[in-house]
Amino acid sequence: MDEFWRLPDTISTFGADIDRLFHAIVIITGIVFVLVEVTLVVFLVKYRHREGRRSEYSHGNTKLEIGWTSATALIVLILGMVSWGLWQRIKNPAFFPEPGLQLEITAKQFEWNVKYPGADGQLDTDDDFTVRNQLHVPANVPVQIRLQAEDVIHSFFVPELRLKQDAVPGMEIPMWFEATTAGNYVVGCAELCGLGHYRMRGSMTVHEPADFESWQQSRIAAATNGAGPATDAAPAAPQGTSVAAAAATHAH
Amino acid sequence: MSTIVLPQDAQGHAAPHHDDRSFVRKYIFSTDHKIIGIQFLFMSLFFLLVGGILAMAMRWQLAWPSDPNVPLPGGGMLPETMVTNGIMLPEFYNSLVTMHGTIMVFFAIMPLLVGVWANYLIPLQIGAEDMAFPRLNMASFWTAVPAGLIMMSSFFVVGGAANAGWTGYAPLSVNEVYSGVKLGQQLWALSLITLGFSSLMGSVNYITTIVNMRAPGMTYMRMPLSTWALFITSILILLAIPVLTGALILMFFDQTLGTTFYQPQDGGQPLLWQHLFWFFGHPEVYILILPAMGFVSDILSNGARKPIFGYTAMVLAIAGIAFLGWVVWGHHMFMSGMNPMLGSTFMVTTMLIAVPSAIKTFNWLGTLYRANIRFHVPMLHALAFVSMFVIGGLSGIFLANTPVDIPLHDTYFVVAHIHYVLFGGSLFAIFGAITYWFPKMFGRMMNKPLGYVHFALTFVFFNLTFFPMHMLGSGGHMRRLYDPTQYPNLAEMQDTNVFITISALLLFGTQFIFLVNFFWSLFKGEKAPSNPWEANSLEWAAPSPPPHGNWDGVLPTVHRGPYEYASPETEADYLPQTVALRAPARTHEPIGD
Repeated sequence: MDEFWRLPDTISTFGADIDRLFHAIVIITGIVFVLVEVTLVVFLVKYRHREGRRSEYSHGNTKLEIGWTSATALIVLILGMVSWGLWQRIKNPAFFPEPGLQLEITAKQFEWNVKYPGADGQLDTDDDFTVRNQLHVPANVPVQIRLQAEDVIHSFFVPELRLKQDAVPGMEIPMWFEATTAGNYVVGCAELCGLGHYRMRGSMTVHEPADFESWQQSRIAAATNGAGPATDAAPAAPQGTSVAAAAATHAH
Repeated sequence: MSTIVLPQDAQGHAAPHHDDRSFVRKYIFSTDHKIIGIQFLFMSLFFLLVGGILAMAMRWQLAWPSDPNVPLPGGGMLPETMVTNGIMLPEFYNSLVTMHGTIMVFFAIMPLLVGVWANYLIPLQIGAEDMAFPRLNMASFWTAVPAGLIMMSSFFVVGGAANAGWTGYAPLSVNEVYSGVKLGQQLWALSLITLGFSSLMGSVNYITTIVNMRAPGMTYMRMPLSTWALFITSILILLAIPVLTGALILMFFDQTLGTTFYQPQDGGQPLLWQHLFWFFGHPEVYILILPAMGFVSDILSNGARKPIFGYTAMVLAIAGIAFLGWVVWGHHMFMSGMNPMLGSTFMVTTMLIAVPSAIKTFNWLGTLYRANIRFHVPMLHALAFVSMFVIGGLSGIFLANTPVDIPLHDTYFVVAHIHYVLFGGSLFAIFGAITYWFPKMFGRMMNKPLGYVHFALTFVFFNLTFFPMHMLGSGGHMRRLYDPTQYPNLAEMQDTNVFITISALLLFGTQFIFLVNFFWSLFKGEKAPSNPWEANSLEWAAPSPPPHGNWDGVLPTVHRGPYEYASPETEADYLPQTVALRAPARTHEPIGD
């Protein structure tokens, strides 16, 4: 089923829960779809006009209507109820797990600036450092991110995480995830933000925890040795990158 | 606008005695609701074509992004600021996206459903001579025209047309430093403000006419569902459009006066625009579907030769959809950063709105049960509506579910959903409605073989174009991307984009069959009797086309509901609303016509 819908494998803890709901909705809507369309076609064939035929003179059937109306209402309400908790767990800061790492991402035309806490492990201190278009996180650790926007509305989107959140100027919006699988993933912008919206691409690297430590150490060292804030250009994505080369950099 | 000479109807009814109006008063600045409806028809068909052309340019870029081997056809005619060496610039692409949506929603579908049919059908279906306020009606059309001109002019100004999406999110839409477009965005706002006034004038007229001018015997529960749908839609317009107008005025102030309603500095909020826009925007999408549902009920019952199943429930469902439509707007904002509690509550209300839509779908199926179905061209379009609207509605369930919306929001899954309801739903209903009421409007039938071919090809190409978009979306393909191949995960799906583009081009080409049919039939179509479809509602009791004043001075009297097909009271399989039977006969032929 996932291949038909082209769902990339999820690498986040709540991603699996979202997928379960997605599958449930596919099944429910699939059954309704088949029932309705097959009934329609059967009726069109069975009740087509033929010589001497006359329709049944009926204005309806109230009992039947009450029946199918109640059934529909029940199904949609149950769907809503089972989804309530998951939404709160993903989006309501009151239910976020204790974070193992806190970052700040500022979206701006047309890049993602990721601020790391530095050696002291605290954001908003002097040893914070910012990396452009590169999000590095350890696996199996809840990561909490403060999302901001400098200019217009952007939207942070990583399909494999099943995570999306608009970044709104003037707002600080918390989001969280816990990645389960190491690898490189694409960060996209999912809200039209201007001329460069189509190339506002970042990368997310999920490290094994030990690797994450060494990456962090090397960045901190670079920050203290280099001049000014350490920024890193995004892996260059030249115009007209060939499909083959692009596919080669996409790791599962 | 139209200079069509209305042919004499089949009965050869002469023009009524008092009609000594000049040509200009008859056809250009006309107060006759039928002419105004036809004027809206020509205007909106033009904008439908423009919207389609914009979409083709978009699809070309999506299939072959910035590919010099596949230059944009006609690109050479466009200025260097839009297209260079056959390759479209990103700013132009964003404008195309914006203007396609804006023109289709506001200048094509909305007037095709409301401006055309509320005007044309309401007085005829309720037995009135014209609208309550004929001059206001004329003003409504002649306000829509400048609104359209303003919108089209924005393509030709410095900076080009608006490019912040048809949803116009701020701050992008209010600050040219971010969007690169200044005048175009201002004209966008001004055009829609103007159009809003046109819509309000119309809705006031439609509501007043229906409440006050129904013919003797035409109780509310004997009105056709087309009229009911247009009635309730008019109430939605009356209440929703002022919100949009207010929001647009604030936007215009931000753009020109230095205010910051929608910007974070000095106490403004980008989310304010979204709340205002979608508080209008959600009722707007029901404005875009409810009239279509009304037409489908009329046409389906007629084609099935059977009363509509559950008329009262159908009326209540229209009202239910309209009412619930006011409390679901937040589902467009699940990812916006608004309080997550709102996400939960809006999910519940949005799920609930599936219920009245389901009622209508089941009742349409019930109408076909044990029917005697004639597959005329309007019937095929009505059946397409039912089958395609089901898909659109079901895809909505995914989006209504807040956690599942997280990966799907702002992807092609949404684009698939909106086109299944707007094209698969509304546009098929519009094609059906035009074919169905064409004989009444113009006194001629549209060509049948062309009608069947246009329907079949449109149905096939429509599905080939839009169904794959569901999978693009769940695969992670975002919206409004000038060049999706910049993302390696999307580049993998490029074959699908090419497939969709080719299907879309074929879909667009097929519409020329309809265009040819429409114009050829205006002049050469088979002369139409007053009731070619053997239907029951009042408009079919008037000549084709009806004279000025509709009823030759004598209002019809209504004896029954509009769906008395296969009635035991008569041998014929239809029984018009106006026919008086000798009571209580079971075997007499109906008197008249």
